[in-house]
Amino acid sequence: MIRPDAPVLLEIRDLTARVEDQPILKGVSLTIRAGEIHAVMGRNGSGKSTLSKVLAGHPAYTVTGGSVHYRGEDLLGLEPELRARAGLFLGFQYPVEIPGVSNLEFLRVATNARRAGKGEEELDTFAFEDLVRERLLVVQMDPAFLERSVNEGFSGGEKKRNEILQMALLEPLVAVLDETDSGLDIDALRIVAGGVNHLAGPDNATLLITHYQRLLDVITPDYVHVMAAGRILRTGGKELALELEERGYDWVDAELAALERTPAEVG
Amino acid sequence: MVAASLSTPTAAAGAAPGGWIAALLAEASGGADALAASRERAAQALAQTPLPSRRDEAWRFTDLAPLTALTPTLLSPAAAAQPPVADGSLRLVLDGQSDPLAGITLPAGLEPISGDELDATLGQVLAATGSAALWPVLLNGATARAVLALRVRGTVATTLELVSDAGDGEGILPLRLLLVLEPGASVEVLQVHRSSGANLTSLVLEARLGEGAELRHGLLAPGAETGCLLATVAVEQATGSRYSGVSAHGGWALGRLEPRLVQREGAAHSALKALQLADGRQISDTHSQMVFAGPDGRLEQLHKAVADGQGRSVFNGAVQVPRLAQRTDAAQLSRNLLLSDRARIDTKPELEIVADDVRCAHGATVSRLQQDELFYLQSRGIAADQAARLLLRGFCEEVLQALPAAAVAWQPLVSLLGKEGR
Ligand SMILES: Nc1ncnc2c1ncn2[C@@H]1O[C@H](COP(=O)(O)OP(=O)(O)OP(=O)(O)O)[C@@H](O)[C@H]1O
Ligand SMILES: [Mg+2]
Repeated sequence: MIRPDAPVLLEIRDLTARVEDQPILKGVSLTIRAGEIHAVMGRNGSGKSTLSKVLAGHPAYTVTGGSVHYRGEDLLGLEPELRARAGLFLGFQYPVEIPGVSNLEFLRVATNARRAGKGEEELDTFAFEDLVRERLLVVQMDPAFLERSVNEGFSGGEKKRNEILQMALLEPLVAVLDETDSGLDIDALRIVAGGVNHLAGPDNATLLITHYQRLLDVITPDYVHVMAAGRILRTGGKELALELEERGYDWVDAELAALERTPAEVG
Repeated sequence: MVAASLSTPTAAAGAAPGGWIAALLAEASGGADALAASRERAAQALAQTPLPSRRDEAWRFTDLAPLTALTPTLLSPAAAAQPPVADGSLRLVLDGQSDPLAGITLPAGLEPISGDELDATLGQVLAATGSAALWPVLLNGATARAVLALRVRGTVATTLELVSDAGDGEGILPLRLLLVLEPGASVEVLQVHRSSGANLTSLVLEARLGEGAELRHGLLAPGAETGCLLATVAVEQATGSRYSGVSAHGGWALGRLEPRLVQREGAAHSALKALQLADGRQISDTHSQMVFAGPDGRLEQLHKAVADGQGRSVFNGAVQVPRLAQRTDAAQLSRNLLLSDRARIDTKPELEIVADDVRCAHGATVSRLQQDELFYLQSRGIAADQAARLLLRGFCEEVLQALPAAAVAWQPLVSLLGKEGR
């Protein structure tokens, strides 16, 4: 839902970042307002996950220029955990397995950290059990997954559902979902998409990274961005995704080449 | 009886180690208990055995200094506070002198072994596992005044808890245990050995498993900054028997565990799962030995260690598969977590495989906390130090959760990790 007067939640300006000595993000700009759903598409290796990890504060990536403001405040100076407590959520493309740490305890500690960030009191184990059982319904997940170690031995689809469960518990203001639809069967896709739609509201925003129109059939984006070689090459409405589905990414090369030739854009 | 010059720990440490042993033996000699004769023999052997030094292969990384810094006297521990006994458990408190069975009604299937039978049996498993001449075993033999010896028949539903707390007194607490499992017998045993002072808990357990018998054995030993633990667990297995040993020790100035297993005719199942922790300037050591003296035996061994501060972790896992032990299937994995640049981890498999038709897998990893795991937790609002704590606990839990259920009352994580475990 686009409302020009809605507050800006995330403002990314000319963001550049590298991993080790290799520049990956080469000037990303993006403005996200409350209520909006953005989709980011683009070829493998174009920098989508890097953008999401830089936003979440992964230590392997170094920001070399530009700025990110979250609700008007500098995001890049914050530790990852403070970003999360302030309401930024990253659904991982590859959720991490953590042997020996129970999923239930992990979810409880995370939920309480976020609640502290919102100025709410911590939930005790009983109150948390009630909450988690209610939120399990959103993703139609078996409570048995709570007893297991975080993501350990979960199938690809189960891991993605666990990500959405975390999102449902943490109630983020800005959710960045990196290929949450990959590896899902048709039913799971519907469940996950339903969960995202259920959690999307006028006060929060979602940034969906995806390769597939089938997700955007169920979650209608307000904006679609195409990433290439570390920048956003084009932005349009939901029809841009349909166009990509039809034309593929060949045109990207021509546009990138043109971009490289334009002296104003170089550097 | 103790020479005045040996009565303070610093004096003892500075004195010739031979003097330390002599002082201890003077203290331990005499008595008319059931162990008196074997004690004299062990004392003579000990007096003639030099103290293990860093020049001995088995003690290359393990300095005995924290031990010889102790007062060479026998310890009489005071009664210590304990958690409530869990349903389905029988707790026997070991203090090295009084009879732990006094006033106790043993559950069906358990009975004490005594008299000639005890004399005939004690030491046999030590001999069968090549443990009789080990220095910690001699030290125990030369000082122990009491033995808890039990026979197990049939399936015992009660978990046997054998516990000691050396407390904050000075000296040596020798504990001697013997378990004889008749063919087909099955029992669960949890040992808990604690200390809070400058003392040594010296433990020797002999367990003989008859055909098809099963022993589920846990050993939890959270120590003290100045305390020492020397524990030898000798297990002799007949065919078809199953031994599962789960151990966790840490927090000792010097903590050393030596599980020594022999499958007398092969065709038995042995499982060892261990966790050891070394922080501060502590030494945590495990020297395990598995001997397959017949074909078709199995071993599953997982050894985990955490070293922090300037702690030192040592693991040596010997597995012997002689020619007659065909079709042995043994797997040994050593997983280590290095939490500080000044900590040290030495881990070494020692496989002697002569038989040709065998499967022996082994592996060792040493790693730090994984950045991706830390980041994942942080990205969910969990602060870096709490995330590190969760990962550390996760690493330990894999072993601790395999302890007998009765261990829960002893709060394994908290007892081993302190506030980090909460
Ligand atoms: N930690 C890293 N170390 C080395 N190279 C990296 C690292 N992270 C990303 N890269 C490189 O940066 C580029 C962008 O990767 P990124 O994961 O952001 O792509 P993506 O758009 O998410 O691709 P996909 O659609 O396949 O998920 C790739 O060439 C990748 O190899
Ligand atoms: Mg990606």
